[in-house]
Amino acid sequence: MRGPVGWWRDPWRKPRILVAILIGYLLWSLLPVIVAVLFSFNNGRSRTSWQGFSMRWYWGDPVRSVWHDASLHTAVVQTLKLGVLTTAITIPLGVLFAIGIDRWHGRLPEGASGVMLLSFVIPETLLAVALLFLITIIAVPFYLGTTAQVIGLVTFQLSYPAVLVRARLATIGRQYEEAAQDLGASPLSSMRRVILPMLTPAIFASTVLVFADVIDDFVIVRYLSGDSSTATT
Amino acid sequence: MARRRIRLSPWPVLSLPGIAWLALFFLAPLYVVLAIVFGSVDPTFRTPAPIWNPLHWQAGQLTYVLDRIVGSNAVFGPALLRTLVYVLVASTLCLTIAFPVAYYVARLSTRRKGLILALLIAPFWISYMMRMLAWVNLLGTDGLVNKTLSLGGLFDVHVDWLSGRSIVVILGLVYGYVPYMILPLYAGLDRLPQSMLEAARDLGANRARAFVRVVLPMCRPTIIAGVLLTSLPMLGDYYTNDLLSGSPSTAMAGNLIDQTVLTPGETGYAGAFVLLVLVVSLVPMLYYVRSVARSELTAT
Repeated sequence: MRGPVGWWRDPWRKPRILVAILIGYLLWSLLPVIVAVLFSFNNGRSRTSWQGFSMRWYWGDPVRSVWHDASLHTAVVQTLKLGVLTTAITIPLGVLFAIGIDRWHGRLPEGASGVMLLSFVIPETLLAVALLFLITIIAVPFYLGTTAQVIGLVTFQLSYPAVLVRARLATIGRQYEEAAQDLGASPLSSMRRVILPMLTPAIFASTVLVFADVIDDFVIVRYLSGDSSTATT
Repeated sequence: MARRRIRLSPWPVLSLPGIAWLALFFLAPLYVVLAIVFGSVDPTFRTPAPIWNPLHWQAGQLTYVLDRIVGSNAVFGPALLRTLVYVLVASTLCLTIAFPVAYYVARLSTRRKGLILALLIAPFWISYMMRMLAWVNLLGTDGLVNKTLSLGGLFDVHVDWLSGRSIVVILGLVYGYVPYMILPLYAGLDRLPQSMLEAARDLGANRARAFVRVVLPMCRPTIIAGVLLTSLPMLGDYYTNDLLSGSPSTAMAGNLIDQTVLTPGETGYAGAFVLLVLVVSLVPMLYYVRSVARSELTAT
């Protein structure tokens, strides 16, 4: 059979419809952002009509460019500070949590695992408001500001490394650890010297994910910020 | 009788810091929300006065909010109902967009797969704010959308997209959350055994039947996980509505929380909204947790 009907019924034809959907999706997903980025090189203040190419908003304009605006500097520095601090706390905490929960059997770890998954899906606004209440209404030893923001962000992001590492642990299986223990290593030592190096891709992926997520987080950061010096971009 | 040496297992110690953190900074704040919702309001300063003992909880603020939802003075009801509708529609749209994309990429095996995966993950690196602002640019009165619709001057199209249009808010939600659905769908569809599909085709099913009767049932848990992972965070979204539609006629639950939390005297109402959203999403959340736990038991 030739012709369109034959083409449709051919079991070995190329999946052009799916390819078209994929390309359409990628364009729809990325083009608006690319257009916005292009307009950041616009010579005028408009975001919709092109007025010539310039680096005015990056370093040219003496008052309003990113290079010269001091409040933007504080915001960028605060963003990076939050990113580094949060990632540094979240990754060890999450990885150890995942390893411990994976090997520990009982009701408490199952409950903890459930709570951790809950913190994965909870809307960020709820967590931010709950933490805001915690900090402003109870006498806790820290105030709104960077400490509160870091605590909120860590709580929100803790589930990322935990989920990724647990998934990877499930794929790795127990045979390497058991082989190491057969050869004389203690459980902790076999974990440290065998499993942890095998988890490096998952740990790296979760570091990158957590950092990227914290850098553009604006809900928790906004609710838990103290004064304007802790506002982020 | 030989004495059994008690070996202290190291695993609980490893996970204790994480458990303590979650208890302190996740569970305790949720209890504080409960204490505030069922507490009272200081009459002079209009600040919330939490009541810690569950036996002394007062339902005053909660009944105030519930009255305003379903009673005669239903000012909050429309926003909450609208949130459910928006999230439902947006999740369905996300699924119809994400599933073909994830299905194709999961079954792709060329060397371009890495590049396509990188492009699919790219939105995670682009701030949510930035992606919404990109659409604000495009949808402005002299933005690219109006310019394209007017076909370069043929028609005079000056639609004001950014003021109180539900369809724009829904599209914003879809645009923002579709990447969150593609990744779990891809991860689940990746594990689909190709041999089953080929067996179905060998036994005479055509493409549609093979898909509906073999692939869909096999990836049902994946679809459920993807939908929950996308729709539950959407319930608390306020930013999309703030940016893409300045009007309160498209307000969502997140906007209600946002408006009441810092208003003196209404903090308890914010807590009540938080509680309501939590309760509405708790059942699907628990279902998700249980389905993940169960799938871990039966994972191959």
